[in-house]
This record gives sequence, C-alpha cells and structure tokens, in this order.
Amino acid sequence: MTSIDHDGELDARALAALATPADGTLAQLHRRLEADAEKAGVLDLAYTTIDTPVGPLLLAATVQGLVRVAFEREGFDAVLGLLAAKISPRILRAPQRLDTAARQLDEYFAGVRTGFDLPLDYSLSSGFRQLVQRHLPAIAYGHTESYREVAQSVGSPKAVRAVGTACATNPLPVVVPCHRVLRTDGTLGGYIGGLEAKSTLLNLEKAAA
Amino acid sequence: MKQPFEQVVADHGLTVLRVCRAVLGPHPDADDAWSETFLAALRAYPELPDGANVEAWLVTIAHRKAIDATRARQRQAFPVGETPERASTIGTPGSGDLDLWAAVKALPDKQRQAVAYRYLGGLTYQQIAGILGGTADAARRAAADGVKKLRIHYYSAGTLSEGANR
Repeated sequence: MTSIDHDGELDARALAALATPADGTLAQLHRRLEADAEKAGVLDLAYTTIDTPVGPLLLAATVQGLVRVAFEREGFDAVLGLLAAKISPRILRAPQRLDTAARQLDEYFAGVRTGFDLPLDYSLSSGFRQLVQRHLPAIAYGHTESYREVAQSVGSPKAVRAVGTACATNPLPVVVPCHRVLRTDGTLGGYIGGLEAKSTLLNLEKAAA
Repeated sequence: MKQPFEQVVADHGLTVLRVCRAVLGPHPDADDAWSETFLAALRAYPELPDGANVEAWLVTIAHRKAIDATRARQRQAFPVGETPERASTIGTPGSGDLDLWAAVKALPDKQRQAVAYRYLGGLTYQQIAGILGGTADAARRAAADGVKKLRIHYYSAGTLSEGANR
C-alpha cells in the first residue's frame, strides 16, 4: 500500500504503458511531419545518410540545393549542430529532398556517373573560398590539378595556400571535387575525408574513366 | 545554441504522443494533434528562447492543439446507426486497458489534462497552472483528484498490479 503514496509513481507507469503507441507509430508520424514541413515551407534543412565505399556520408540540403556533404569522421552530430547554428535549427531527417543527390552519388560510386547535375547551395563558404569551390567542378572527372594550377585558374596565382584552405573547408566534398586537387609534386595533400578516402575516389575515377 | 529540431523530435516525440493520447484517447485525433504540435513547434523553434524548457513548451502547444481537435470533433460529430467493426486500437478487450481508458476518458477535462501533463509530460504544477490557468495549488488538486479516481478504478477492477507491470 505504501507504493501508491509515492506521488503517483505507480499510476504514472500504468498510464504511460497505457498511452504508449504501437511500434512504428512514431516513425509514421515522423514521415508525416517531414511531408507537412516541406509543404508548409518550414523545413529549412533536410538531411539523410547514405552508405558509400568511403563510409557513410551525411547529405544536407536547403530549399536552394545541396549545402553539405560530410564524412563520418567529422561527426554527424557535430556537423548538424554547426548547420543549426549557421543556417537554421529547423532541421529534420527527411530523405526525400535528398533523393536525387543520393541517386547521383550511388551512380558516381558505381562508376557510371562522371559529373553531378544538382542544385548546390554554396552559402556555407564565402569570398575566395567560394570562388575556388565554384571552380573545382571544372576539373574533369579522372583528372587532377595542383593547388598552384587552381590558384592560376581563379586568377590569383600567388594564393596557393588559400586554395589549400578553400579545398580543406569545402562543404560539399565528393560532389565538388576537391579530391582532384593535389600537391605540385603529385602527392595527395590533405582531405577532409582522410587520405584513404581521397585515394579511393581518385582510383575509382581512374578505373572508370 | 539550439540543437537541430530532429533531436527535439527524438527526445520528446514519444512523451508528447502519450500526452495527446491520454488527453484525446487512443484515436487518430491524437496523431493529428501530435502532427500539428510538431509542425507548429518547428515553425516557431528559431524564436524559442535559449534555455527554455522544451518539453513544457511542447506540452503547451499540444494542449492547444488537443483543444482544437476536441472542438473540431464536437462540430463534426454525427450519430452513427451502427458502429463499424474494426480492429481495436486501444488494447486488448478484457485486459483492463479498455477499462482504464474508460476511466481516463471519464475524468473531467481539467483533471485528465493535469494528470497527463504531470504524470506523462513531467511538468511542474506551476507549469501546468500556466497552461490550464488558475494556481499551482489548483493544478495539484486537479491532478490528485484525477489520480484518486483512476486508483479507485484500479482497485475496483483489480488491475492495479497488472496495469503497472504491463
């Protein structure tokens, strides 16, 4: 009899058990929320994750387009937290907006796609970095350029280090091919996804080209 | 800094659904109230002050959506000659669930709301008073009266221990 004097603890458990929905109800409601939010125009950021030969990738898109591709080593929670701070906290896992991007990435990793045809949102970078990142898709599939060559292409031949920084801070790796930029001596340089991922991408393109 | 809204859904989705179901019954209206609550919350989320109690905020929105649903239900209600047969969505007949649902449903609105917000939503009586109006003491009394009635139901139906362990 003492347990019922415990501020309704027992009642709370019975009530919670009673009010708990069937399995799958919340997942169903989540999908409905994704669709409702998209329709109402309040889904500022939609994201999903996909499995690839370079590990799971997080894809995030605003209504303008794909805004972020992240490698698992960056920490997906950290990336989402940054997106919440920099763009908007109105974020849902809503794979539908990423369907086309996910399909094109699948095709790319299968070696049957050599370029991406996707609306991109470059709003996470600005100035010179964005200028460099917008240039990178001009480096053809299966080809590479040196940091120096990229600096020349964007009209700032002395800004080799800044090109390196622009590549290192590319918010859209794989899709915006910073992996095609190497050191002048042909060694890999750095990569946000790790050097192993960089060589995997380069080898994939060499094999398929 | 605000966490992504997806985290809010993950952390509080189940609690809010339990609250909606307790207040409205295990009915599609409860699902609708949940959907409208989270859509409204997503819309307003950027303006929510940092450090605000997210769960209390969500329950407050859910309270308003549940009232809207109740009003809409009353407007749309029409007599049905024969209840169509369909699978039970409210538990197994004879297991005690149906009796407990009936007892929850029979509570006066304020008591049912106070019980749901206190025991499912985990709100303080002060927060409940903010939602229902009146004082924290009145909210405490409403919750206590509601729970007392549910307890009487448990004992009379002999389902207390079963109900608690399920």
